[in-house]
Amino acid sequence: MDNFLEISNVCKRFVNHVALDNVSINVPRGKVFGLLGPNGAGKTTLIRIINHITMADSGSVVFDGHLLRGDDVYNIGYLPEERGLYKKMKVGEQAVYLSRLKGLSSMEAKKRLKEWFEKFDILDWWDRKVEELSKGMQQKVQFIITVLHEPQLLILDEPFSGFDPNNADLLKREIMELRDQGHTILFSTHNMASVEEICDNIALIDHSKVVLSGDVDDVKNRYKDNTYYLVIPAKAELQGVEILSQEQKRNKKYLVVRKPAEETNSQFVNSLTRQTEILSFTERIPSMDEIFLRVVRNGEIK
Amino acid sequence: MNKIFIVIEREFMTRIRKKSFILLTILMPILFVGIVTVPVLLASIDSDKKYTVALIDQTGKYSPMLKDTGKIHFIPVEKMTEEVRDKDNDYTAVIVISNDLSQDSLGATVYSHKEVPVEITQYFNSVVRDNIKEERMAAYNIPDIEKIIEESKVEYSVPTVKWTDDGDEKKSSYEIAGLLGVILTLLIYTFVLSYGGMVMQGVMEEKTNRIMEIMVSSVRPFELMMGKIIGIALVGITQFLIWGVLIMVVMLVAGGMLASDIDPSQAMAMTGGMQGVPMPESPQVELFQIIQGMNLVEIFVLFVLYFIGGYLLYASFFAAIGASINEQADSSQFMMPVVILMIFALYAGMFSIQNPDGPLALWCSYFPLTSPVVMMVRLPFGVPTWQLIVSLMLLYVTAIGVIWLSAKIYRVGILMYGKKPTFKDLVRWIKFN
Repeated sequence: MDNFLEISNVCKRFVNHVALDNVSINVPRGKVFGLLGPNGAGKTTLIRIINHITMADSGSVVFDGHLLRGDDVYNIGYLPEERGLYKKMKVGEQAVYLSRLKGLSSMEAKKRLKEWFEKFDILDWWDRKVEELSKGMQQKVQFIITVLHEPQLLILDEPFSGFDPNNADLLKREIMELRDQGHTILFSTHNMASVEEICDNIALIDHSKVVLSGDVDDVKNRYKDNTYYLVIPAKAELQGVEILSQEQKRNKKYLVVRKPAEETNSQFVNSLTRQTEILSFTERIPSMDEIFLRVVRNGEIK
Repeated sequence: MNKIFIVIEREFMTRIRKKSFILLTILMPILFVGIVTVPVLLASIDSDKKYTVALIDQTGKYSPMLKDTGKIHFIPVEKMTEEVRDKDNDYTAVIVISNDLSQDSLGATVYSHKEVPVEITQYFNSVVRDNIKEERMAAYNIPDIEKIIEESKVEYSVPTVKWTDDGDEKKSSYEIAGLLGVILTLLIYTFVLSYGGMVMQGVMEEKTNRIMEIMVSSVRPFELMMGKIIGIALVGITQFLIWGVLIMVVMLVAGGMLASDIDPSQAMAMTGGMQGVPMPESPQVELFQIIQGMNLVEIFVLFVLYFIGGYLLYASFFAAIGASINEQADSSQFMMPVVILMIFALYAGMFSIQNPDGPLALWCSYFPLTSPVVMMVRLPFGVPTWQLIVSLMLLYVTAIGVIWLSAKIYRVGILMYGKKPTFKDLVRWIKFN
């Protein structure tokens, strides 16, 4: 697979603790990559290393086929979790300034900004001071600034925090559109629902180490535990099947059952049909939320 | 390095467009002119006031001498009556002379319901004083005594001349050199403290606004720090230039008004003095020669060098402080040592005026944290070249060292939120890669 970013064996030690311990991650080109992990796991440190804000003690970061260089920042758009703007500066002026620091000329920056501001329908904010905008409004401006120089790599740290559902949805659509245009997106979050919705691949960092990584569906498959949702008529009784939970509604029974590990699906279904009529049979695939908790809380690594 | 200019541009432009900057820049010279002219104006307004004074001269000796002046009108009164004492009459004051004042100095009193205006007592005193003097002189019976005394009144001040290295003789003045020194010292002191403080505010603003993380993903922290320091320096220099021009314009206007007051002979003397013709010199010519004798170009160049060095040194201190703290409230604790150093430098400078070559002045003009301030006092008096070189080298080496250290603290500090760092933490940040 064509990787846009290859992080190999990166270590970062601070005086009191190890922030990253031999971390290796491959971010495929043109995909949305979710960087997950509890607070303090080392996500921000890793993002800062990619952004050339801090240096790794050891290991390498390969960016678009070459070792990461200082001028790669022109090809990175970074939306930090701790984000702010100069409060006293006007919105338009500030956006132009930050874009110039990313290598755009002031003419080009203005042109592109007008387009984006029009798209987000915020053109009349141009001459307003940042302090007059609400937090959500500021976030919109920050997002535009992040993507304005059309970076190949977008790093979004908790992009949805502070957005109302409507704007979060708008943002989600923008992210997907950027992906479809070929941008690679590295996306760090605690919000597992959004991970399932938009991420193609993930890596989960816990206690400075990558404990889980890969394709989202693939990861989910790995955490399947042979449990199935089963719906049968209320009067039916099952023998010789491990039932994890059951609930009766009117004339139906809703069960969660576990399939013996050595049986195939067909064998299992066969053994069930011999006893009763099956109204519904679905494999239970764990949510990312559940996987996250199982990994982080119980150290269940597969 | 292109980015450092973008940062400088922003720091400069946003600051000079601020209302507070524009206001202060315009108001300061007005304030300055005001401080100079308002007292004069007030005095002239006051001079229109006229006083009426009741004079009760029981000796009959002084009333012919006390003639009406433009401001004071005397009305002879027979004796102190209730009418004279009345609070609501026109008399500002009542003078009672009960005895010959050359014999009894307590023989006169001025009464008034309010504070007696200075003009009245001054006039009365001078009339009486002249009279007593005349009487006493006459008592000696020496012919032409007034002329003798007049001729024996001589004012003298010895001219001081400084030998320069190339054997020239230059007029020098301790007072003017001292004054120039104080002005230069105060300039550097105020500039470093106020604009250095501005650097700290700026860094803190970026930190508390949480814009730092966005910034450092596109600019190196060092560029960001230096861009801010340089940008703010340019703001200060712009302000000083505007003030300089405005004050110069005001001075020229005032000077033109003064020049019309100088009589032609004095103007002759001025031009004559400049052509080197030995003529009695007017104070203006002397001042001109003294200032000429101080090698202003050298002083100016050195002033700029110390100015830049001192500002860089302290501004990078301030930048590191701004980067280390999270709240305004914490700033004073870290500012304190720096401010104490500056105040010490100012005091050392002021004391050095008495003895510009003494040990205090000497050592403080080497020590880089005080030298930009203290050396300014010594400059107009002349400082040996080798001392200047040593002092400047120490200053710039230290400035570069402090910038280097501050950049390290800054790099770590700007992304540190949460608890207030201790000095131990700062040392750790410096050690950190």
